[in-house]
Amino acid sequence: MGVWNFRSGTLAMSGSPQDLGAQLDRRDLAWFVDKAVQALVFLGGVSAIVFILGIFVFITKEGFGFIAGRFDIVEFFGSTRWRPTSEQPTYGALALIVGTASVTGLAMLVAVPFSLGAAIYIGEFAQGRTREVLKILVELLAAIPSVVWGFIGLSIMNPLIIRLFDVPVGLNVLNSGFILGLMAAPIMTTIAEDSLKAVPDTYREAAEALGATRWQVIRRVVIPAARNGLVAAVLLGVGRGFGETMAVLMASGHSINLPTSVFDSVRALTATIAAELGETAVGSEHYRALFTLGIFLFVVTFIINLTADLVIRGIRKK
Amino acid sequence: MVRPENGAGPVKLAVKDLAIHYGPKSALAGVSLDVREHEIFGIIGPANSGKTSFLRALNRMDLHTTGMRVEGSIHLDGRDVRKWRNVYALRRQIGVVFPLPVGLPLSVYDNVALSPRLRGIKNKADLDVVVERCLTRAALWDEVKDRLDSLGSLLSGGQQQRLTIARALSQDPKLLLLDEFSIAVDPVTTMRIEDILRTLKDEITIILVTNLVQQARRLADRTAFFLSGEFVEVGETEDLFTGAVRDPRTRAYVEGRFG
Ligand SMILES: Nc1ncnc2c1ncn2[C@@H]1O[C@H](COP(=O)(O)OP(=O)(O)OP(=O)(O)O)[C@@H](O)[C@H]1O
Ligand SMILES: [Mg+2]
Repeated sequence: MGVWNFRSGTLAMSGSPQDLGAQLDRRDLAWFVDKAVQALVFLGGVSAIVFILGIFVFITKEGFGFIAGRFDIVEFFGSTRWRPTSEQPTYGALALIVGTASVTGLAMLVAVPFSLGAAIYIGEFAQGRTREVLKILVELLAAIPSVVWGFIGLSIMNPLIIRLFDVPVGLNVLNSGFILGLMAAPIMTTIAEDSLKAVPDTYREAAEALGATRWQVIRRVVIPAARNGLVAAVLLGVGRGFGETMAVLMASGHSINLPTSVFDSVRALTATIAAELGETAVGSEHYRALFTLGIFLFVVTFIINLTADLVIRGIRKK
Repeated sequence: MVRPENGAGPVKLAVKDLAIHYGPKSALAGVSLDVREHEIFGIIGPANSGKTSFLRALNRMDLHTTGMRVEGSIHLDGRDVRKWRNVYALRRQIGVVFPLPVGLPLSVYDNVALSPRLRGIKNKADLDVVVERCLTRAALWDEVKDRLDSLGSLLSGGQQQRLTIARALSQDPKLLLLDEFSIAVDPVTTMRIEDILRTLKDEITIILVTNLVQQARRLADRTAFFLSGEFVEVGETEDLFTGAVRDPRTRAYVEGRFG
Protein backbone atom coordinates (compact mmCIF):
# COMPACT_ATOMS: atom_id res chain seq x y z
CA MET A 1 0.00 0.00 0.00
CA GLY A 2 1.29 3.41 -0.83
CA VAL A 3 0.85 6.64 1.10
CA TRP A 4 0.41 9.74 -0.97
CA ASN A 5 2.61 12.60 0.14
CA PHE A 6 0.81 15.72 -1.03
CA ARG A 7 3.55 18.11 -0.16
CA SER A 8 6.20 16.55 -2.28
CA GLY A 9 3.70 14.97 -4.61
CA THR A 10 5.21 11.52 -4.28
CA LEU A 11 3.79 8.20 -3.40
CA ALA A 12 5.79 6.61 -0.63
CA MET A 13 5.71 2.83 -0.58
CA SER A 14 5.71 1.34 2.87
CA GLY A 15 8.33 -1.22 2.06
CA SER A 16 10.76 0.50 -0.22
CA PRO A 17 10.29 4.25 -0.06
CA GLN A 18 12.45 5.00 -3.07
CA ASP A 19 11.27 2.41 -5.55
CA LEU A 20 8.01 3.72 -6.96
CA GLY A 21 7.86 7.01 -5.08
CA ALA A 22 10.60 8.50 -7.13
CA GLN A 23 8.70 7.92 -10.37
CA LEU A 24 5.35 9.36 -9.36
CA ASP A 25 4.81 13.08 -9.18
CA ARG A 26 2.05 15.64 -8.96
CA ARG A 27 0.80 14.77 -12.45
CA ASP A 28 -0.27 11.36 -11.22
CA LEU A 29 -2.56 12.93 -8.66
CA ALA A 30 -3.83 15.25 -11.38
CA TRP A 31 -4.47 12.22 -13.56
CA PHE A 32 -6.46 10.57 -10.79
CA VAL A 33 -8.51 13.75 -10.22
CA ASP A 34 -9.06 13.93 -13.97
CA LYS A 35 -10.52 10.45 -14.04
CA ALA A 36 -12.72 11.10 -11.02
CA VAL A 37 -14.07 14.35 -12.49
CA GLN A 38 -14.67 12.59 -15.78
CA ALA A 39 -16.77 9.99 -14.04
CA LEU A 40 -18.76 12.64 -12.18
CA VAL A 41 -19.42 14.62 -15.33
CA PHE A 42 -20.49 11.46 -17.09
CA LEU A 43 -22.92 10.65 -14.26
CA GLY A 44 -24.26 14.18 -14.36
CA GLY A 45 -24.77 14.05 -18.10
CA VAL A 46 -26.46 10.67 -17.99
CA SER A 47 -28.80 11.67 -15.19
CA ALA A 48 -29.75 14.86 -17.04
CA ILE A 49 -30.70 12.78 -20.06
CA VAL A 50 -32.55 10.30 -17.86
CA PHE A 51 -34.53 13.11 -16.19
CA ILE A 52 -35.47 14.69 -19.49
CA LEU A 53 -36.52 11.37 -20.94
CA GLY A 54 -38.40 10.67 -17.72
CA ILE A 55 -40.30 13.94 -17.99
CA PHE A 56 -41.09 13.24 -21.60
CA VAL A 57 -42.30 9.74 -20.82
CA PHE A 58 -44.42 11.03 -17.93
CA ILE A 59 -46.11 13.73 -20.00
CA THR A 60 -46.68 11.37 -22.88
CA LYS A 61 -48.07 8.68 -20.63
CA GLU A 62 -50.48 11.06 -18.94
CA GLY A 63 -51.60 12.54 -22.22
CA PHE A 64 -51.70 9.28 -24.11
CA GLY A 65 -55.02 8.11 -22.76
CA PHE A 66 -56.60 11.20 -24.27
CA ILE A 67 -54.75 11.05 -27.58
CA ALA A 68 -55.69 7.39 -28.04
CA GLY A 69 -59.33 7.88 -27.03
CA ARG A 70 -61.30 11.09 -27.02
CA PHE A 71 -58.75 13.09 -29.06
CA ASP A 72 -60.04 14.42 -32.35
CA ILE A 73 -57.36 16.08 -34.42
CA VAL A 74 -59.81 18.22 -36.39
CA GLU A 75 -61.47 19.45 -33.23
CA PHE A 76 -58.16 20.00 -31.42
CA PHE A 77 -56.55 22.11 -34.11
CA GLY A 78 -59.71 23.41 -35.78
CA SER A 79 -62.16 24.40 -33.09
CA THR A 80 -61.98 27.33 -30.74
CA ARG A 81 -64.26 25.71 -28.19
CA TRP A 82 -62.23 24.70 -25.19
CA ARG A 83 -64.99 23.56 -22.83
CA PRO A 84 -63.60 20.73 -20.78
CA THR A 85 -66.06 21.22 -17.93
CA SER A 86 -69.36 21.46 -19.79
CA GLU A 87 -71.90 18.62 -19.97
CA GLN A 88 -70.65 17.73 -23.41
CA PRO A 89 -66.98 18.62 -23.14
CA THR A 90 -65.20 19.89 -26.25
CA TYR A 91 -61.47 20.23 -26.57
CA GLY A 92 -60.74 22.73 -29.31
CA ALA A 93 -57.29 24.23 -28.75
CA LEU A 94 -57.21 26.55 -31.76
CA ALA A 95 -57.89 29.70 -29.74
CA LEU A 96 -55.20 28.74 -27.25
CA ILE A 97 -52.67 28.06 -29.97
CA VAL A 98 -53.50 31.31 -31.75
CA GLY A 99 -53.41 33.10 -28.40
CA THR A 100 -49.92 31.85 -27.63
CA ALA A 101 -48.75 32.51 -31.19
CA SER A 102 -50.09 36.07 -31.32
CA VAL A 103 -48.65 36.99 -27.95
CA THR A 104 -45.29 35.48 -28.91
CA GLY A 105 -45.39 37.16 -32.32
CA LEU A 106 -46.00 40.58 -30.82
CA ALA A 107 -43.35 39.88 -28.20
CA MET A 108 -40.82 39.24 -30.95
CA LEU A 109 -41.83 42.44 -32.75
CA VAL A 110 -40.88 44.23 -29.55
CA ALA A 111 -37.90 42.13 -28.52
CA VAL A 112 -36.04 41.65 -31.80
CA PRO A 113 -35.32 45.29 -32.65
CA PHE A 114 -34.85 46.08 -28.98
CA SER A 115 -32.38 43.31 -28.25
CA LEU A 116 -30.45 43.49 -31.51
CA GLY A 117 -30.15 47.24 -31.11
CA ALA A 118 -28.97 46.86 -27.54
CA ALA A 119 -26.52 44.11 -28.50
CA ILE A 120 -25.05 46.21 -31.31
CA TYR A 121 -24.74 49.22 -29.05
CA ILE A 122 -23.12 47.27 -26.22
CA GLY A 123 -20.92 45.17 -28.45
CA GLU A 124 -19.84 47.69 -31.06
CA PHE A 125 -20.20 51.20 -29.70
CA ALA A 126 -20.10 51.28 -25.92
CA GLN A 127 -16.63 51.45 -24.46
CA GLY A 128 -15.00 50.52 -21.18
CA ARG A 129 -17.12 51.40 -18.18
CA THR A 130 -20.37 52.16 -19.96
CA ARG A 131 -20.16 48.78 -21.58
CA GLU A 132 -19.60 46.90 -18.35
CA VAL A 133 -22.40 48.74 -16.59
CA LEU A 134 -24.81 48.07 -19.45
CA LYS A 135 -23.94 44.38 -19.51
CA ILE A 136 -24.60 44.07 -15.79
CA LEU A 137 -27.86 45.95 -16.23
CA VAL A 138 -29.00 43.58 -18.97
CA GLU A 139 -28.16 40.60 -16.81
CA LEU A 140 -30.11 42.12 -13.94
CA LEU A 141 -33.11 42.57 -16.22
CA ALA A 142 -32.84 38.94 -17.26
CA ALA A 143 -33.09 37.93 -13.63
CA ILE A 144 -36.45 39.60 -12.96
CA PRO A 145 -38.92 36.82 -12.14
CA SER A 146 -41.81 36.44 -14.54
CA VAL A 147 -44.41 37.01 -11.86
CA VAL A 148 -42.98 40.50 -11.41
CA TRP A 149 -43.42 41.13 -15.12
CA GLY A 150 -46.99 39.85 -14.81
CA PHE A 151 -47.50 42.25 -11.96
CA ILE A 152 -46.22 45.15 -14.09
CA GLY A 153 -48.62 44.07 -16.82
CA LEU A 154 -51.51 43.98 -14.42
CA SER A 155 -50.92 47.12 -12.42
CA ILE A 156 -49.05 49.47 -14.76
CA MET A 157 -49.66 48.42 -18.35
CA ASN A 158 -53.34 47.65 -17.82
CA PRO A 159 -54.46 51.13 -16.70
CA LEU A 160 -52.01 52.70 -19.14
CA ILE A 161 -53.53 50.87 -22.12
CA ILE A 162 -57.05 51.69 -20.98
CA ARG A 163 -56.18 55.37 -20.75
CA LEU A 164 -54.06 55.63 -23.89
CA PHE A 165 -56.27 53.70 -26.29
CA ASP A 166 -59.62 54.22 -24.64
CA VAL A 167 -60.50 50.51 -24.46
CA PRO A 168 -62.52 48.80 -21.73
CA VAL A 169 -59.85 46.25 -20.74
CA GLY A 170 -56.10 46.56 -20.81
CA LEU A 171 -55.36 42.88 -20.36
CA ASN A 172 -54.89 41.69 -23.91
CA VAL A 173 -52.49 40.70 -26.68
CA LEU A 174 -50.85 44.13 -26.62
CA ASN A 175 -50.20 44.05 -22.90
CA SER A 176 -48.93 40.49 -22.65
CA GLY A 177 -46.97 40.68 -25.92
CA PHE A 178 -45.23 43.84 -24.79
CA ILE A 179 -44.46 42.43 -21.36
CA LEU A 180 -43.22 39.20 -22.85
CA GLY A 181 -41.06 41.11 -25.32
CA LEU A 182 -39.40 43.08 -22.54
CA MET A 183 -38.93 39.86 -20.68
CA ALA A 184 -37.29 37.98 -23.53
CA ALA A 185 -35.14 40.91 -24.69
CA PRO A 186 -32.37 40.70 -22.06
CA ILE A 187 -31.48 37.07 -22.67
CA MET A 188 -31.69 37.66 -26.42
CA THR A 189 -29.42 40.68 -26.02
CA THR A 190 -26.87 38.62 -24.14
CA ILE A 191 -26.76 35.87 -26.74
CA ALA A 192 -26.69 38.33 -29.62
CA GLU A 193 -23.91 40.31 -27.97
CA ASP A 194 -21.90 37.13 -27.44
CA SER A 195 -22.14 36.30 -31.10
CA LEU A 196 -21.05 39.82 -32.09
CA LYS A 197 -18.12 39.52 -29.72
CA ALA A 198 -17.15 36.24 -31.36
CA VAL A 199 -16.47 38.10 -34.61
CA PRO A 200 -12.70 38.62 -34.67
CA ASP A 201 -11.43 42.19 -34.46
CA THR A 202 -9.24 41.54 -37.48
CA TYR A 203 -12.42 41.55 -39.60
CA ARG A 204 -13.35 44.96 -38.27
CA GLU A 205 -9.86 46.32 -38.85
CA ALA A 206 -9.72 44.93 -42.35
CA ALA A 207 -13.02 46.58 -43.20
CA GLU A 208 -12.02 49.82 -41.54
CA ALA A 209 -8.82 49.84 -43.55
CA LEU A 210 -11.02 49.76 -46.64
CA GLY A 211 -12.52 53.04 -45.57
CA ALA A 212 -15.76 51.54 -44.28
CA THR A 213 -17.59 53.70 -41.77
CA ARG A 214 -18.46 52.31 -38.38
CA TRP A 215 -21.97 51.48 -39.47
CA GLN A 216 -20.82 49.95 -42.76
CA VAL A 217 -18.44 47.70 -40.86
CA ILE A 218 -21.31 46.51 -38.69
CA ARG A 219 -23.78 46.04 -41.51
CA ARG A 220 -21.49 44.54 -44.14
CA VAL A 221 -19.08 42.51 -42.08
CA VAL A 222 -19.98 42.05 -38.42
CA ILE A 223 -23.67 41.18 -38.77
CA PRO A 224 -23.15 38.73 -41.65
CA ALA A 225 -20.35 37.08 -39.70
CA ALA A 226 -22.52 36.83 -36.58
CA ARG A 227 -25.69 35.95 -38.45
CA ASN A 228 -26.13 32.45 -37.09
CA GLY A 229 -25.76 33.57 -33.50
CA LEU A 230 -28.26 36.36 -34.06
CA VAL A 231 -30.79 33.94 -35.55
CA ALA A 232 -30.24 31.62 -32.62
CA ALA A 233 -30.87 34.49 -30.22
CA VAL A 234 -34.20 35.22 -31.88
CA LEU A 235 -35.21 31.56 -31.91
CA LEU A 236 -34.40 31.16 -28.24
CA GLY A 237 -36.52 34.24 -27.60
CA VAL A 238 -39.40 32.62 -29.47
CA GLY A 239 -38.97 29.47 -27.40
CA ARG A 240 -39.01 31.55 -24.28
CA GLY A 241 -42.20 33.27 -25.39
CA PHE A 242 -43.95 30.02 -26.14
CA GLY A 243 -43.12 28.53 -22.80
CA GLU A 244 -43.74 31.54 -20.60
CA THR A 245 -46.71 31.08 -18.29
CA MET A 246 -47.10 33.39 -15.36
CA ALA A 247 -46.67 36.77 -17.02
CA VAL A 248 -48.95 35.76 -19.86
CA LEU A 249 -51.56 34.39 -17.51
CA MET A 250 -51.62 37.70 -15.65
CA ALA A 251 -51.46 40.11 -18.58
CA SER A 252 -53.38 38.44 -21.39
CA GLY A 253 -56.85 38.60 -19.92
CA HIS A 254 -57.09 34.80 -19.99
CA SER A 255 -60.27 34.59 -22.02
CA ILE A 256 -60.79 32.22 -24.91
CA ASN A 257 -60.84 34.26 -28.07
CA LEU A 258 -59.61 34.24 -31.61
CA PRO A 259 -58.07 37.71 -31.50
CA THR A 260 -58.91 40.13 -34.29
CA SER A 261 -56.91 43.01 -32.88
CA VAL A 262 -54.18 43.52 -30.30
CA PHE A 263 -56.83 44.80 -27.92
CA ASP A 264 -58.55 41.42 -27.67
CA SER A 265 -57.97 39.30 -24.62
CA VAL A 266 -56.57 35.88 -25.32
CA ARG A 267 -55.62 32.77 -23.49
CA ALA A 268 -52.31 30.96 -23.83
CA LEU A 269 -51.62 27.23 -23.86
CA THR A 270 -49.33 27.45 -20.86
CA ALA A 271 -51.71 29.61 -18.86
CA THR A 272 -54.53 27.16 -19.52
CA ILE A 273 -52.53 24.28 -18.11
CA ALA A 274 -51.42 26.28 -15.09
CA ALA A 275 -54.90 27.54 -14.31
CA GLU A 276 -56.86 24.33 -14.84
CA LEU A 277 -54.61 21.47 -13.84
CA GLY A 278 -55.07 22.02 -10.13
CA GLU A 279 -58.82 21.65 -10.43
CA THR A 280 -58.99 18.43 -12.35
CA ALA A 281 -59.10 14.93 -10.97
CA VAL A 282 -55.92 13.03 -11.68
CA GLY A 283 -56.52 10.67 -14.59
CA SER A 284 -59.74 12.34 -15.74
CA GLU A 285 -60.35 13.21 -19.37
CA HIS A 286 -59.83 16.90 -18.68
CA TYR A 287 -56.57 16.12 -16.89
CA ARG A 288 -55.34 14.09 -19.84
CA ALA A 289 -56.40 16.76 -22.30
CA LEU A 290 -54.26 19.29 -20.45
CA PHE A 291 -51.33 16.93 -20.72
CA THR A 292 -51.97 16.73 -24.44
CA LEU A 293 -51.57 20.51 -24.56
CA GLY A 294 -48.33 19.96 -22.69
CA ILE A 295 -47.10 17.48 -25.28
CA PHE A 296 -47.92 19.93 -28.04
CA LEU A 297 -45.99 22.71 -26.26
CA PHE A 298 -43.12 20.38 -25.60
CA VAL A 299 -42.87 19.38 -29.25
CA VAL A 300 -43.05 22.97 -30.49
CA THR A 301 -40.43 24.34 -28.08
CA PHE A 302 -38.28 21.29 -28.75
CA ILE A 303 -38.34 21.99 -32.47
CA ILE A 304 -37.56 25.67 -31.92
CA ASN A 305 -34.66 24.96 -29.58
CA LEU A 306 -33.33 22.24 -31.82
CA THR A 307 -33.37 24.63 -34.75
CA ALA A 308 -31.57 27.24 -32.66
CA ASP A 309 -29.02 24.63 -31.66
CA LEU A 310 -28.45 23.50 -35.22
CA VAL A 311 -28.04 27.12 -36.29
CA ILE A 312 -25.44 27.68 -33.56
CA ARG A 313 -23.64 24.53 -34.62
CA GLY A 314 -23.59 25.97 -38.11
CA ILE A 315 -21.41 28.81 -36.82
CA ARG A 316 -18.84 26.48 -35.39
CA LYS A 317 -18.49 24.46 -38.56
CA LYS A 318 -17.34 27.49 -40.55
CA MET B 1 4.65 69.28 -54.54
CA VAL B 2 7.89 69.12 -52.62
CA ARG B 3 10.90 67.96 -54.60
CA PRO B 4 13.54 66.05 -52.71
CA GLU B 5 17.12 67.24 -53.19
CA ASN B 6 18.40 64.29 -55.20
CA GLY B 7 15.71 64.65 -57.82
CA ALA B 8 13.97 61.27 -57.38
CA GLY B 9 10.14 61.21 -57.34
CA PRO B 10 8.19 63.87 -55.51
CA VAL B 11 7.47 63.28 -51.84
CA LYS B 12 4.35 61.20 -51.31
CA LEU B 13 4.44 60.90 -47.56
CA ALA B 14 6.30 63.20 -45.24
CA VAL B 15 6.69 62.14 -41.61
CA LYS B 16 8.18 64.51 -39.10
CA ASP B 17 9.01 63.95 -35.43
CA LEU B 18 6.49 61.18 -35.16
CA ALA B 19 6.01 59.63 -31.72
CA ILE B 20 3.52 56.96 -30.75
CA HIS B 21 2.43 56.11 -27.23
CA TYR B 22 0.11 53.49 -25.82
CA GLY B 23 -1.06 54.99 -22.58
CA PRO B 24 2.09 56.11 -20.78
CA LYS B 25 4.25 53.64 -22.73
CA SER B 26 6.26 54.82 -25.73
CA ALA B 27 6.07 52.52 -28.76
CA LEU B 28 7.97 54.61 -31.30
CA ALA B 29 9.72 57.96 -31.21
CA GLY B 30 11.66 60.44 -33.31
CA VAL B 31 10.62 59.27 -36.76
CA SER B 32 11.34 61.74 -39.55
CA LEU B 33 11.37 60.40 -43.07
CA ASP B 34 10.05 61.00 -46.57
CA VAL B 35 8.53 58.38 -48.81
CA ARG B 36 8.73 59.24 -52.50
CA GLU B 37 6.20 58.57 -55.14
CA HIS B 38 6.55 55.22 -56.92
CA GLU B 39 9.13 53.81 -54.63
CA ILE B 40 9.04 50.76 -52.46
CA PHE B 41 9.97 51.98 -49.04
CA GLY B 42 11.17 49.27 -46.69
CA ILE B 43 10.92 49.27 -42.91
CA ILE B 44 12.95 46.68 -41.05
CA GLY B 45 13.46 46.00 -37.40
CA PRO B 46 13.09 43.20 -34.89
CA ALA B 47 9.84 42.34 -33.12
CA ASN B 48 8.40 45.03 -30.90
CA SER B 49 10.19 47.87 -32.65
CA GLY B 50 7.06 49.83 -33.54
CA LYS B 51 6.69 48.97 -37.23
CA THR B 52 3.04 48.00 -37.09
CA SER B 53 2.29 50.99 -34.87
CA PHE B 54 3.84 53.22 -37.53
CA LEU B 55 1.56 51.83 -40.23
CA ARG B 56 -1.48 52.19 -37.98
CA ALA B 57 -0.69 55.85 -37.47
CA LEU B 58 -0.61 56.42 -41.24
CA ASN B 59 -4.21 55.43 -41.87
CA ARG B 60 -5.38 56.75 -38.55
CA MET B 61 -6.27 53.48 -36.93
CA ASP B 62 -5.26 55.18 -33.70
CA LEU B 63 -8.82 56.48 -33.62
CA HIS B 64 -10.07 52.98 -32.87
CA THR B 65 -7.33 51.95 -30.49
CA THR B 66 -7.94 52.99 -26.91
CA GLY B 67 -4.90 54.62 -25.39
CA MET B 68 -3.00 55.04 -28.68
CA ARG B 69 -1.61 58.55 -29.05
CA VAL B 70 0.21 59.97 -32.07
CA GLU B 71 2.38 63.11 -31.98
CA GLY B 72 4.31 64.90 -34.70
CA SER B 73 3.07 65.23 -38.25
CA ILE B 74 2.25 62.97 -41.16
CA HIS B 75 1.58 64.58 -44.53
CA LEU B 76 0.12 62.56 -47.38
CA ASP B 77 0.39 64.50 -50.66
CA GLY B 78 1.19 67.56 -48.62
CA ARG B 79 -1.90 67.27 -46.45
CA ASP B 80 -1.74 66.48 -42.74
CA VAL B 81 -3.56 63.19 -42.21
CA ARG B 82 -4.86 64.43 -38.90
CA LYS B 83 -6.54 67.38 -40.55
CA TRP B 84 -8.81 65.07 -42.52
CA ARG B 85 -12.21 65.43 -40.93
CA ASN B 86 -13.41 62.42 -42.87
CA VAL B 87 -10.94 59.67 -42.02
CA TYR B 88 -12.86 57.25 -44.20
CA ALA B 89 -11.93 59.28 -47.26
CA LEU B 90 -8.31 59.18 -46.13
CA ARG B 91 -8.37 55.42 -45.66
CA ARG B 92 -9.79 54.89 -49.11
CA GLN B 93 -6.51 56.21 -50.49
CA ILE B 94 -4.49 53.71 -48.51
CA GLY B 95 -4.54 49.96 -49.02
CA VAL B 96 -3.47 47.71 -46.15
CA VAL B 97 -2.27 44.11 -46.18
CA PHE B 98 -2.02 42.49 -42.77
CA PRO B 99 0.55 39.90 -41.59
CA LEU B 100 -1.96 37.07 -41.48
CA PRO B 101 -4.40 37.07 -44.37
CA VAL B 102 -7.76 38.34 -43.16
CA GLY B 103 -10.27 36.68 -45.45
CA LEU B 104 -13.54 38.31 -44.50
CA PRO B 105 -16.31 35.73 -44.11
CA LEU B 106 -17.48 36.45 -47.62
CA SER B 107 -17.05 34.84 -51.01
CA VAL B 108 -13.92 35.51 -53.04
CA TYR B 109 -15.94 37.82 -55.24
CA ASP B 110 -17.54 39.69 -52.34
CA ASN B 111 -14.19 40.16 -50.61
CA VAL B 112 -12.88 42.11 -53.57
CA ALA B 113 -16.21 43.78 -54.33
CA LEU B 114 -16.65 45.01 -50.76
CA SER B 115 -14.85 48.29 -51.12
CA PRO B 116 -16.45 49.23 -54.47
CA ARG B 117 -19.82 48.37 -52.94
CA LEU B 118 -19.10 50.52 -49.90
CA ARG B 119 -18.34 53.27 -52.36
CA GLY B 120 -21.81 52.75 -53.83
CA ILE B 121 -21.18 50.78 -57.01
CA LYS B 122 -24.12 48.44 -57.44
CA ASN B 123 -24.04 47.54 -61.10
CA LYS B 124 -22.94 43.91 -61.47
CA ALA B 125 -21.08 44.51 -64.71
CA ASP B 126 -19.03 47.33 -63.18
CA LEU B 127 -18.22 45.21 -60.17
CA ASP B 128 -17.21 42.31 -62.41
CA VAL B 129 -14.70 44.53 -64.14
CA VAL B 130 -13.16 45.71 -60.86
CA VAL B 131 -13.03 42.21 -59.39
CA GLU B 132 -11.36 40.71 -62.44
CA ARG B 133 -8.85 43.55 -62.74
CA CYS B 134 -7.83 43.42 -59.08
CA LEU B 135 -7.58 39.64 -58.96
CA THR B 136 -5.48 39.73 -62.11
CA ARG B 137 -3.16 42.34 -60.66
CA ALA B 138 -2.78 40.20 -57.56
CA ALA B 139 -1.91 37.20 -59.79
CA LEU B 140 -4.85 35.25 -58.45
CA TRP B 141 -7.43 35.46 -61.22
CA ASP B 142 -6.45 32.26 -63.04
CA GLU B 143 -6.59 30.24 -59.84
CA VAL B 144 -9.96 31.46 -58.60
CA LYS B 145 -11.93 32.48 -61.65
CA ASP B 146 -13.96 29.27 -61.44
CA ARG B 147 -14.67 29.54 -57.73
CA LEU B 148 -15.50 33.18 -57.20
CA ASP B 149 -18.55 32.18 -55.18
CA SER B 150 -16.78 29.97 -52.68
CA LEU B 151 -15.77 31.37 -49.30
CA GLY B 152 -12.55 33.35 -49.32
CA SER B 153 -11.45 31.55 -46.17
CA LEU B 154 -11.44 28.24 -48.04
CA LEU B 155 -8.54 29.33 -50.23
CA SER B 156 -5.02 28.30 -49.31
CA GLY B 157 -3.01 30.65 -47.11
CA GLY B 158 -0.96 31.95 -50.03
CA GLN B 159 -4.07 32.48 -52.13
CA GLN B 160 -5.78 34.26 -49.25
CA GLN B 161 -2.89 36.66 -48.90
CA ARG B 162 -3.13 37.49 -52.61
CA LEU B 163 -6.87 37.89 -52.13
CA THR B 164 -6.23 40.51 -49.47
CA ILE B 165 -3.86 42.26 -51.88
CA ALA B 166 -6.59 42.23 -54.52
CA ARG B 167 -8.98 43.62 -51.93
CA ALA B 168 -6.54 46.36 -50.97
CA LEU B 169 -6.17 47.26 -54.65
CA SER B 170 -9.93 47.37 -55.19
CA GLN B 171 -10.09 50.91 -53.89
CA ASP B 172 -7.33 52.19 -56.22
CA PRO B 173 -5.07 53.24 -53.37
CA LYS B 174 -2.30 55.74 -53.89
CA LEU B 175 -0.39 54.15 -51.08
CA LEU B 176 -0.14 50.48 -50.25
CA LEU B 177 0.98 49.37 -46.79
CA LEU B 178 2.18 45.82 -46.35
CA ASP B 179 2.87 44.49 -42.86
CA GLU B 180 5.07 41.40 -42.91
CA PHE B 181 2.91 39.93 -45.64
CA SER B 182 5.01 36.81 -46.07
CA ILE B 183 4.77 35.60 -42.50
CA ALA B 184 2.31 32.83 -43.36
CA VAL B 185 3.16 32.38 -47.01
CA ASP B 186 5.42 29.83 -48.69
CA PRO B 187 8.60 30.99 -50.49
CA VAL B 188 7.19 30.49 -53.98
CA THR B 189 4.10 32.57 -53.27
CA THR B 190 6.32 35.13 -51.55
CA MET B 191 8.34 35.46 -54.76
CA ARG B 192 5.16 35.82 -56.80
CA ILE B 193 3.88 38.56 -54.51
CA GLU B 194 7.26 40.30 -54.68
CA ASP B 195 6.96 40.29 -58.47
CA ILE B 196 3.49 41.77 -58.16
CA LEU B 197 4.85 44.55 -55.97
CA ARG B 198 7.58 45.39 -58.49
CA THR B 199 4.91 45.81 -61.14
CA LEU B 200 2.57 47.79 -58.90
CA LYS B 201 5.36 50.21 -58.09
CA ASP B 202 4.79 51.93 -61.44
CA GLU B 203 1.36 53.01 -60.29
CA ILE B 204 1.42 53.27 -56.54
CA THR B 205 3.74 53.97 -53.67
CA ILE B 206 4.43 51.03 -51.42
CA ILE B 207 5.55 50.85 -47.81
CA LEU B 208 6.81 47.41 -47.01
CA VAL B 209 7.31 46.37 -43.39
CA THR B 210 9.28 43.19 -43.28
CA ASN B 211 11.07 41.01 -40.81
CA LEU B 212 13.17 39.52 -43.61
CA VAL B 213 16.09 41.84 -44.28
CA GLN B 214 16.79 40.08 -47.55
CA GLN B 215 13.27 40.85 -48.70
CA ALA B 216 13.90 44.52 -48.06
CA ARG B 217 17.13 44.20 -50.01
CA ARG B 218 15.38 42.56 -52.95
CA LEU B 219 12.51 45.02 -53.13
CA ALA B 220 13.02 48.29 -51.36
CA ASP B 221 14.54 51.36 -52.95
CA ARG B 222 15.14 52.90 -49.59
CA THR B 223 14.84 51.40 -46.15
CA ALA B 224 14.35 52.63 -42.62
CA PHE B 225 15.53 50.77 -39.55
CA PHE B 226 13.46 50.80 -36.35
CA LEU B 227 14.81 49.32 -33.16
CA SER B 228 12.82 48.94 -29.92
CA GLY B 229 10.72 52.00 -30.58
CA GLU B 230 13.62 54.07 -31.78
CA PHE B 231 14.01 55.34 -35.33
CA VAL B 232 17.62 54.52 -36.04
CA GLU B 233 18.06 55.76 -39.59
CA VAL B 234 16.90 55.72 -43.17
CA GLY B 235 18.94 55.36 -46.35
CA GLU B 236 19.27 53.82 -49.78
CA THR B 237 18.71 50.11 -49.24
CA GLU B 238 22.02 49.11 -50.78
CA ASP B 239 23.87 51.46 -48.44
CA LEU B 240 22.42 49.61 -45.48
CA PHE B 241 23.90 46.39 -46.74
CA THR B 242 27.24 47.67 -47.94
CA GLY B 243 27.98 49.48 -44.75
CA ALA B 244 27.68 53.01 -46.04
CA VAL B 245 25.47 53.91 -43.12
CA ARG B 246 26.15 55.87 -40.02
CA ASP B 247 24.85 53.65 -37.28
CA PRO B 248 26.70 50.44 -36.45
CA ARG B 249 23.50 48.87 -35.11
CA THR B 250 21.96 48.89 -38.57
CA ARG B 251 24.92 47.03 -40.00
CA ALA B 252 24.79 44.52 -37.16
CA TYR B 253 21.08 43.91 -37.73
CA VAL B 254 21.19 43.41 -41.49
CA GLU B 255 24.15 41.09 -41.12
CA GLY B 256 22.31 39.06 -38.52
CA ARG B 257 24.80 39.77 -35.77
CA PHE B 258 22.40 40.96 -33.20
CA GLY B 259 21.50 40.67 -29.55
N1 LIG C 1 -3.06 48.08 -29.03
C1 LIG C 1 -1.96 48.21 -28.27
N2 LIG C 1 -2.08 48.53 -26.97
C2 LIG C 1 -0.97 48.66 -26.18
N3 LIG C 1 0.28 48.50 -26.61
C3 LIG C 1 0.47 48.17 -27.90
C4 LIG C 1 -0.64 48.01 -28.79
N4 LIG C 1 -0.16 47.68 -30.01
C5 LIG C 1 1.19 47.66 -29.89
N5 LIG C 1 1.58 47.95 -28.62
C6 LIG C 1 2.95 48.03 -28.13
O1 LIG C 1 3.72 48.86 -28.97
C7 LIG C 1 5.03 48.33 -29.14
C8 LIG C 1 5.35 48.20 -30.61
O2 LIG C 1 4.49 47.22 -31.18
P1 LIG C 1 4.38 46.99 -32.73
O3 LIG C 1 3.27 46.05 -32.96
O4 LIG C 1 4.30 48.31 -33.42
O5 LIG C 1 5.77 46.30 -33.05
P2 LIG C 1 6.25 45.62 -34.41
O6 LIG C 1 7.53 46.26 -34.77
O7 LIG C 1 5.18 45.63 -35.41
O8 LIG C 1 6.55 44.14 -33.93
P3 LIG C 1 6.40 42.75 -34.76
O9 LIG C 1 7.59 42.67 -35.66
O10 LIG C 1 6.44 41.71 -33.69
O11 LIG C 1 5.11 42.82 -35.47
C9 LIG C 1 5.04 47.01 -28.38
O12 LIG C 1 5.69 47.21 -27.16
C10 LIG C 1 3.60 46.67 -28.15
O13 LIG C 1 3.44 46.01 -26.93
MG1 LIG D 1 4.05 44.12 -36.41
